[in-house]
Amino acid sequence: MPQDALSKLLSTRDWLMADGATGTNLFNMGLSSGEPPEFWNIDQPDNIRKLYRGAVEAGSDIFLTNTFGGNASRLKLHQAQDRVHELNRVGAALGREIADASGRTVVVAGSVGPTGEIFEPMGTLTHALAVEMFHEQAEGLKAGGADVLWIETISAPEEYKAAAEAAALAGMPWCGTMSFDTAGRTMMGTTSAAMAEMVEKLANPPLAFGANCGVSASDLMRTVLGFVSTGTARPIIAKGNAGIPKYHDGHIHYDGTPELMAEYAVLARDAGVRIIGGCCGTMPEHLKAMRAALEATPKGPRPTLEDISAKLGGFSSASDGTGDTSNDPKRERRSRRG
Amino acid sequence: MADDEIILADLSDDELVLQMHDDLYDGLKEEIEDGVNILIERGWTPYDVLTKALVAGMTIVGNDFRDGILFVPEVLLSANAMKAGMHILKPLLVETGAPRMGKMVIGTVKGDIHDIGKNLVAMMMEGAGFEVLDLGINNSVEKYIEALETEKPDILGMSALLTTTMPYMKVVIDTMKEKGLRDDYIVLVGGAPLNEEFGRAIGADAYCRDAAVAVETAKAWVARKHNQMGA
Repeated sequence: MPQDALSKLLSTRDWLMADGATGTNLFNMGLSSGEPPEFWNIDQPDNIRKLYRGAVEAGSDIFLTNTFGGNASRLKLHQAQDRVHELNRVGAALGREIADASGRTVVVAGSVGPTGEIFEPMGTLTHALAVEMFHEQAEGLKAGGADVLWIETISAPEEYKAAAEAAALAGMPWCGTMSFDTAGRTMMGTTSAAMAEMVEKLANPPLAFGANCGVSASDLMRTVLGFVSTGTARPIIAKGNAGIPKYHDGHIHYDGTPELMAEYAVLARDAGVRIIGGCCGTMPEHLKAMRAALEATPKGPRPTLEDISAKLGGFSSASDGTGDTSNDPKRERRSRRG
Repeated sequence: MADDEIILADLSDDELVLQMHDDLYDGLKEEIEDGVNILIERGWTPYDVLTKALVAGMTIVGNDFRDGILFVPEVLLSANAMKAGMHILKPLLVETGAPRMGKMVIGTVKGDIHDIGKNLVAMMMEGAGFEVLDLGINNSVEKYIEALETEKPDILGMSALLTTTMPYMKVVIDTMKEKGLRDDYIVLVGGAPLNEEFGRAIGADAYCRDAAVAVETAKAWVARKHNQMGA
């Protein structure tokens, strides 16, 4: 089987740069809130081309398609659950067009976000239904020419596993990141170390795994160190937010500067991350600064938590549930379960 | 369950209440149902069962969720066990005319379709004994006002996950002011991109960082409101 574009790039380069924000960019182009961005693949294709081109021209080796919310569960909120295949196919096809016109190898990564549902027994989502929804989306992305599936912002390990199974059903190579936004863990309590372990147990492990979004770039780097300390040989992905959203006079902006994101990119690479990108608030000017810094700065030693907080700011919680947790708060209990 | 060594009915009241706190913590639904029934049989008022056994137990869960010791799956199990206990207590509370914890109308603002955070708050609030009317996603100012007027809640909760939709909360609050309704309700706001500064800027009573904080804040504000009315 011929190697996929991402594996080829990974085998020839030390690091690759992914893209930045999708939502922040589209809102700046006039997407109104509440409107599903995926509709623009059909209704405003030139804006989507512009989004993709912005990342490619800023030096990204990989960009994500505008299909994050393109699963039946999310689209149902707009009565568009019957448009899954179409919206994903076109989102990927526009990406293919921009990547092929770039004159270099650029990977079109078909973005797959969470269903937004909670798994049974607490919620209503079953494994079979989750696999079915992800598979439907994956087939659309495949038909549009995506090189890989890119599963992102996942909180529940069950959902990550379902997406992995869907990638296998679609016969697609894949990458998958989780979002660590709650005291250094995912909303569902998964630690960085637990994710690294889970990934290796999958029947079809991803080409690369890692973290995206979450809180700040510094928190995301702490998560990355958690992955690295497991000794994993699998390529790691880091896609951190450009700072934290701030509200000024009715407008929102992210406080991370291009300089800060450049520092973050170099720290990520020095920590051993192979695929480095941004998430919310990361605009083409941030990506350009990141690319320039990655190329200009010689590789340094692996940063410590102190290096990270000194350069990117403090962490949102004292611990992230990995390493020595003997000092973490615990409840003294009289429980039935030992 | 292989927990035969603990017979709930053999425990003293104090021991049983502590055991129920632990069983809530572990999300053991049937044990909570048993505990509630035993306390009622022993002549406890439904209100005491609610506050001393269930709400006090959920407060421990809420604190540990806030402190990053428990996470969403555990909290949902606890809330589920709490709900089972509430199911038994609800008719008895009405019968005995027990004071209500309070009522909340909650919804995600217009333009915003993200609902996990809002759902968590609704579940935790129910878990804490509040009555909750969930308006769902994408709510217009008209829909909020209508719900306030028909439901007469103590609290209005608004949620937004997008930086582009959070300013709509101000539209709702401003409309409440215009209609002279603002001071009749406690307005709580929450959502990933928000912060305290934003909550103040738009005129909400409080910003709640997470579902556990939402419950604590709701309790504190409802108590304050009742004190004012009593004064």
